[in-house]
Order: sequence, then C-alpha cells, then structure tokens
Amino acid sequence: MPLLEMTNVSMRFGAIEALSNVDFYLEPGRITGLMGDNGAGKSTLVKIIAGNFPPSEGKILLEGNEVRFHKPVDARQAGIEVVYQDLAICNNLTASANVFLGREVMKGFWPVRILDNWNMSSRSKELFEELKSETRPDDVVRSMSGGQRQAVAIARTHLSQAKIVLMDEPTAAISVRQVAEVLDLLKRLRDQGMAIVLISHRMPDVFSVSDQIVVLRRGHKVADKPISQSSPEEVTGLITGAIKAA
Amino acid sequence: MTTAPTYHSGYTAPRPSLWQKILSKQPFWVMVAVVIIPLIMTVIEPSFRSAFFSGENFVNNTRNFAFIAIMALGQVAVMITGGIDLSVGSTLAVTGIVLGLLMDGGHSFWLAALAALVTGIIVGAINGYLIAYLKLSPFVVTLGMLSIGRSVALAISNNKFFHKFGPDHLLLLSVGGGKTFGIANPVLVMVVLALVMGFVFRFTRYGRHLYAIGGNEHASQLTGVPVDLLKLSVYVISGLLTAIAAILMVGWLGSVTNGIGIGYELRVIASTVIGGVNLLGGEGGAFAAVAGAALIEIIRNSLLLAGVDPYWQGTFVGIFIILAVLLERLRGRKVG
Repeated sequence: MPLLEMTNVSMRFGAIEALSNVDFYLEPGRITGLMGDNGAGKSTLVKIIAGNFPPSEGKILLEGNEVRFHKPVDARQAGIEVVYQDLAICNNLTASANVFLGREVMKGFWPVRILDNWNMSSRSKELFEELKSETRPDDVVRSMSGGQRQAVAIARTHLSQAKIVLMDEPTAAISVRQVAEVLDLLKRLRDQGMAIVLISHRMPDVFSVSDQIVVLRRGHKVADKPISQSSPEEVTGLITGAIKAA
Repeated sequence: MTTAPTYHSGYTAPRPSLWQKILSKQPFWVMVAVVIIPLIMTVIEPSFRSAFFSGENFVNNTRNFAFIAIMALGQVAVMITGGIDLSVGSTLAVTGIVLGLLMDGGHSFWLAALAALVTGIIVGAINGYLIAYLKLSPFVVTLGMLSIGRSVALAISNNKFFHKFGPDHLLLLSVGGGKTFGIANPVLVMVVLALVMGFVFRFTRYGRHLYAIGGNEHASQLTGVPVDLLKLSVYVISGLLTAIAAILMVGWLGSVTNGIGIGYELRVIASTVIGGVNLLGGEGGAFAAVAGAALIEIIRNSLLLAGVDPYWQGTFVGIFIILAVLLERLRGRKVG
C-alpha cells in the first residue's frame, strides 16, 4: 500500500486547469523526483499535498484513509512537512532555536516556564549528527553556509517525525559543493523511511538521488517510472514536449 | 552502505568566548561611554567633579532617564518584531491627563492610576489591531496615533493645567517624587521592569517568538507562531509601560498639562537605537533600552554642568545616535 495515493486529481483556478486527472503516489523510503517546466503544475501538486488548498476534483488517501486538507497545519499534523525554497528560517536565531521554533522545549513549573535551551541544543546536536552535518546548534544561522542552512531546515522536519517531506528546489541557491551535502541529507532521510518529493530544475541532482521520476507538462502527468528506466535526454524531451509520453 | 562523508565545506565562525560576546554587545560599549564621559569632563573642567558626583545630581540624573527608559523598554519589544511606536509621547499625555482629570475630580489615586493604565492598554490595542490584523504600516498607524493622542489629551483636558489632585494628592506626589531605600521610585520601577522584560525576552517562549517574527515573519507564521496576536501584544505593552511612566512622571512633576511628553517619541527611539536595537527587527534587549536612555541623560547633564549652551544639546545627542549606528555597522562587519 502506498503511503500517499492521489487519484484523478484536478485543480482549476477559474478557467485555467492547472492539473488534469493526475495520479500520484508516494512510497516510504523512496525519493520521487518531480520535474516539469514553469507552469507545468509542479507547485500546484505540491501545494495540494501540503494542504494549501484542496483539489477541485479527485481523491487523496494517506495510509489508506481519505484526507482533505484545508490548511497547511492539517497536513503538518498528518506528518507532511515542506522545506521551502526560501528555507523559512530566522537568520537572527541560532540553529537550535530554528529547529525548535514553534515547538520549544520548556522547563520549570507554571507560572515560571522558561526555555530549556540546553535540552534543545543537545537534541539539535543529535539531529545534526544523524544527518552527518557539521552545523553547530548554538551558532546563529546568519553566519552559516547554504548547506548548513538546509541542514537546519531538514532537521526541523526530522524533529517532527514527518512521513512525507516535500523539498522545493533545495539545491537552487547554493554552491556546487554544498549541493552534494544536501543530496546526502536527502538520502539519509530516505534511508530512515521517509517519502521524499524532490522538486528541482537541476537534472543531475534529480538523477543522482531519485528512485522514481514524475514529469508534468501543462497539467498532465506524462511520465511516472523508475529512474533507472529513464534518462536525462528522455526527461528533457518530456518536459519540452518533444516526447509526448513515456 | 558506505560510510557517508562528513563535509567540511562552508564558513563556520569560531566559537566566541564569553569576553568576546560581551565585547560584541552594543549596550556594553554604551555603558563604557556612560562611565567615561563624566571622567573626561572631570579632566577638562575640574569644577565639574563636585557638581556631577554630588548625590543630588545622581538622583536627578537617574530619575530623569528612568521615565524615558521605561517607555524605551516597551519600544524595544515593538522594535524586536520589526515595528515602531511613534505614538508614545502622545500616549504619555493622554494617560497623564486621564490620571489628572480623575484625581482632580476627587477620585482615589488607585482608581485614577488604573484608568490611566487601561487607557494606555486601549491606545496600544488600537495601534496593534490596525498593524497586526489590518496589516497597516506601523510607522503610519502610530504617526496617526501621535496626532490623535495629542488632540484627545487637549480635548478631554480642555487645555486645563492640573496641579491639585484631590484627596490622594500627597500619595501621588510621593509615588512619583519619593524614594524607597534611598532610590528614587521611578528608578526602582525602571529596574524592576527592566529585569522583568529582560527575563521575558531571554527566557520565555513569548520572547523567543518576538525575535523570530523580527527575523522572518513569514517563517514564523509557517511554523505556527501566532504572529498577529504577538504583534498586537507588543503595542499593548508599549502603551502600558508608557502609562506607568506617565503616572510616575505626573507624580514627580506635581502637575500635568496636555503638552507633557512632546517629542518624547524621538528620545525614546533614540535611546533604543543608541542601545543597539535594530530598526529592522530581530535584535535588541532590555539592557539596550536602559543603557541608551542613560547615555542620553549623561550627555545632556554633562554638557549642562560643563557650561555648554543648552541649545547645543540636540547636536550632541544627534551625533551619538549616528555614532551608534556607525558602531553597529563596524561590529556587523567584524561579526559577519
């Protein structure tokens, strides 16, 4: 049974059909590369999964139960986390404060409940160690590299024991060396059994970590197959429309 | 599976020692200036020493800046979230007039003080609601409130000068003008409020979330921080602390008119900026407000005692405001 199963999902904004009868499913422990040109429907699909809006038509099953998200919080409570392109991180706070933002660990008794910074810092350290990242929990994010910032954003999803992680262009704005670091982070999340959606324009990144490739064009799904049975040339053709479907 | 490599890419700042941390804090340097300025003045002008270091002058100095520092503590909360409250001078007037009006009408100090505090909360709540929920610019909203507050103070006082405060007249004067344990009451209140606000900023979830909002409002929203409610709350705190300052100030002056606190918003904001609070949000603390207010008072007082024409005070205070921002820029470059 797939972790997430979407059948016949369509999304209309007024007269525009952003998604037409798309089937999409996610398995635990698998990275699905989601590709397509701008306006192909990638972000609409991701936003539906993340709970930004329910689809106009179609059914979503999460672990076999039908779900209908209206707010991002609904999706988050169901174990779906999004790592946003702009990372949604507070530069003025420490790595540990960012990981625990909105989920702070407190100590003491009412009315004097104070932040347990030591606890949060040591748990963040464990998370970063699990991710094999050099990020130091007590450093302020402002002084960190792009890769370390990604580690902070990813550690946050880790903390919440997410089942599904949606990664929106995680390698778009960082240096080549840091890309390798981030892709390793993704593999580690996968090895721990998470289902990951990697939305990216960078063909080499998608091919180096993905297990499955899904291509959208003008709101239609034109490919959904194991990455080993595809090639960058084929995917390019599918994105541009030179190849109709595969 | 092969062992995953650990990457050593990217810049990692060396961990700063405690001493380096202190040296990198603006309020620390401001306090250094607070100590050094009188010493320099003593060297330049020998007669300055006896005047400045007299107990009387010390009490006056600390009390003078306490009112501004109390208001600045609220302003810091607002500024941490990336906002600004320009209405504090007018709020001081409205709350002070409410206090004067009620006590003049024969009501007890406690009732009048409570009414002043509630008035401060209402003014702050109106500011906060417009800013947090209707998404209006803090600068414009509080600029509007600056005008409204002053006008309301004028209207409800009917331009009257209050100097008789009914049955609790002496109580009011002793609250604002008296001393406890040899320390002027406004100073004690300032110390207590600074400790409370410092604790809130540093150790509570509420404080952490204020910094988060100042750092990245959108990110805070996404992680479930109640951004709108928290933004409303900081303007309420600013209004409430301004009302507390008003009660103490009216008690100290022994009178109140609708002209009280004109231009105070600039002194309050100058204090926070000198203390190192970032106007863009996300940085600052309780100590910054107190240190900044103290420095302005020291500059003012030192120039006065040194016989410098008071007309030049504004120039010196202005220079220090610009120096503070310059200092912040230099620190920023070093820290990264």
